[in-house]
Amino acid sequence: MSLPTDGKDLVESMKTVKSKFKFRGGVHPDYNKDLARDKAIERMPVPSELVISMSQHLGAPAKCIVKAGDYVTRGQIIGERNGFISVCVRASASGLVKAVEKRLGAAGGSAPAVVLDTTAPVPEGVVVPEGPILQPLDWKTASREDLLKRVEEAGICGMGGAGFPSSVKLNPPPGKRCEYLIVNGAECEPYLCADHRLMVERASRIRLGVEIMRKILGECAVRIAVEANKPDAIAALEEAFADMVGNVEIVVLPVLYPQGSEKHQIFATVGRVVPEPPALPIDVGCVVENVGTTVAIADAVEKGEPLLERVTTVSGDAVAEPKNIIAPSGTKYSDLVAFCSGVKEPPAKVISGGTMMGFAVPHLDISTTKTTSGLLLLSRKRVFQYTSQACINCGRCVRACPMYINPAEISKAVEADDIADAERAHVMTCIECGACSFACPAHRTITQFCRRAKNSIRARIAAEKAKAVAAQSAAEKKEPAK
Amino acid sequence: MKPKETSEHYVLSSSPHAHSHASVSRIMLDVIIALLPTTIAGVWFFGMPAVWTIAVCVSTCVVTEALCRLAMKRESTIGDFSAILTGPLLALNLPAGLPLWMAVVGSVFAIAVCKQVFGGLGKNPFNPALAARAFMLISFTGPMTIWLKPYWWRAPDAVTTATPLAAMKTMFTSAALSSATPRAGEGGIPSLWDLIIGNMPGCIGEVSAAALALGAVYLFIRKVITWHIPVSYLVTVWVYSLISGGAPAHIHILTGGVMISAFFMATDYATSPTTGKGKLIFGFGCGLLSMLIRQFGSYPEGCSFAILIMNSVCPLINRWTQPKPFGYKRK
Repeated sequence: MSLPTDGKDLVESMKTVKSKFKFRGGVHPDYNKDLARDKAIERMPVPSELVISMSQHLGAPAKCIVKAGDYVTRGQIIGERNGFISVCVRASASGLVKAVEKRLGAAGGSAPAVVLDTTAPVPEGVVVPEGPILQPLDWKTASREDLLKRVEEAGICGMGGAGFPSSVKLNPPPGKRCEYLIVNGAECEPYLCADHRLMVERASRIRLGVEIMRKILGECAVRIAVEANKPDAIAALEEAFADMVGNVEIVVLPVLYPQGSEKHQIFATVGRVVPEPPALPIDVGCVVENVGTTVAIADAVEKGEPLLERVTTVSGDAVAEPKNIIAPSGTKYSDLVAFCSGVKEPPAKVISGGTMMGFAVPHLDISTTKTTSGLLLLSRKRVFQYTSQACINCGRCVRACPMYINPAEISKAVEADDIADAERAHVMTCIECGACSFACPAHRTITQFCRRAKNSIRARIAAEKAKAVAAQSAAEKKEPAK
Repeated sequence: MKPKETSEHYVLSSSPHAHSHASVSRIMLDVIIALLPTTIAGVWFFGMPAVWTIAVCVSTCVVTEALCRLAMKRESTIGDFSAILTGPLLALNLPAGLPLWMAVVGSVFAIAVCKQVFGGLGKNPFNPALAARAFMLISFTGPMTIWLKPYWWRAPDAVTTATPLAAMKTMFTSAALSSATPRAGEGGIPSLWDLIIGNMPGCIGEVSAAALALGAVYLFIRKVITWHIPVSYLVTVWVYSLISGGAPAHIHILTGGVMISAFFMATDYATSPTTGKGKLIFGFGCGLLSMLIRQFGSYPEGCSFAILIMNSVCPLINRWTQPKPFGYKRK
């Protein structure tokens, strides 16, 4: 890390600063990043079968437009954008559609997926296009609208985990202006190194993505947020951004979970606080994009390469060789593990994502999506199974909660089936980061209680909405009869 | 279609899949360890009667807890060490030399009535050890206010005495306040050194401020308690005693159980607020009530009753001091 020697001369060029704002709460889990931190990104061969989900992003699943027996080519749209908060899905490899059927996703729900046989011969009459899938654009001359359209047609969504459609995020509603573009390279989840490796190996691509996003968003300051435990990533970014013009800062954040949470990142980097829902980061003039997304945007514009693959960290003490792998979307977990030379010992728990917010999966017959940042195989000794006890009111969860709510109260309310009380305690503010459960000495599944309350509240709101709509349509039907 | 069944099935659970490895039993064990210095000091000053009181309280608490759980047909909770902790917490708040059957009654009351009736650890509204002490103070007023002199075995003709605060209370009520500046070693008022090491009559575990402070340091290092309650409690006592102009502030802080109350009794998780702000209010209330009872009440010490009263308003404080979520505006 080098700090500018003379601040006055460097006002309009990149500098590295330490974060001046620290949010309350947060926890320090065992990071275990050393397993995969120094493993250079490797590209794995296209597996013989891909299962490409139509629901790889936040919002409405894409509408599948292929059927069994079709032959699709790499980059071809197989799922159309289906609504405003949605993105399209493209075939991540050429192959024969074996089936379109519901498949289990990492998060537990099932969604329609296209099962692709990538070893099938190209049928008569089908031409596999040569060259780039989309026309490469010169970002300097291309219009803002063209760039935005490119982000949309490339099927890009937030790759940090939530999968929010990037074209929506990069297109603020009228009257709202982006003042800060924040590139999220915190990667605060234990074990995961995918973003870290991208920053070390593809810093110049991140720079290009930032320039493109800045063009789309209009003139804005750029903040690249990295946790202090990634000095090599900070050095690589410093080199890549050294001559970038404008208000650009690499912000070094203290190592603290959940530093990568959007709201907390905004506070830590620029000191602004996103107000209560329905306010969004853009309401405080901020747009946050993950480093993986930034690289995807650069590739989509410059190379005409849609988002068909991503870096996934395969790690954990049960996997033979932890790796950071570029795999096409739809790669089965079993293929990822095979590419890592299999397992050292039988895993007791397999997690899609990190240990704090990832999903435990029942088996390896589940496929990656645009948001699969990691796959962890943990041995029996890394799996903690506890019997939950009564709350002793110690307040550790309250101190750990980065959203400043009272997880203990909520957990007790949900235990007593008093969802209204949980709602009064602001359970809807919960970001499900898991800090409360992590800190709880009574091993209470507090985060799970919060999820239960949130789901039940969402279901109630949806039911109320449906009832209101039904009542309205009933009234409208009555109207003409009179 | 159903997902293909495979032979491998892994442990499924909701995130997070990591834990800080904090546990209730470790916390209770930490408090027990933190009580060791003052326990040793109590035994040093009061001898075998202190040993017997502690032993009887601990064993009665554990047996009572086991029997209660058995009677309620619930899983045993001995393993969380909370019952083992209630034993010394109660014993250290009793005078050495108390008839042992009274210690048994108090321990049964603490566990059965003050804790298990409400559903066990974490559900009790009042600190079990203090509630039991209050119960004993009212039921066995005489024996509960007979204090062994430190090293009583050295002077076998006068083994019991009044506590410094009781002595001062008598002095202050009988004589004019202005002329009542207590002198060390006179009228039952110990010297500052004796106050710090605990060479004075009192409950087994409340006398030695130095030993209690040592235990408190351990609690802070292990992050078992936060600074809020002890600091607001002690500062309130200190400021009140300066303003009221009664006994010197250091006497109020070093005697009558203020130290053990501020660090060990008022910080009981189940019966104190969860937020920092709530803890500050709670500590302030404990300090203020302790001093009001000392000045105007008929009990010279007052800490137990002060904390019990504050225990009763703890849910209210919790309600008032709910944290404002990140990003929310104050309404």
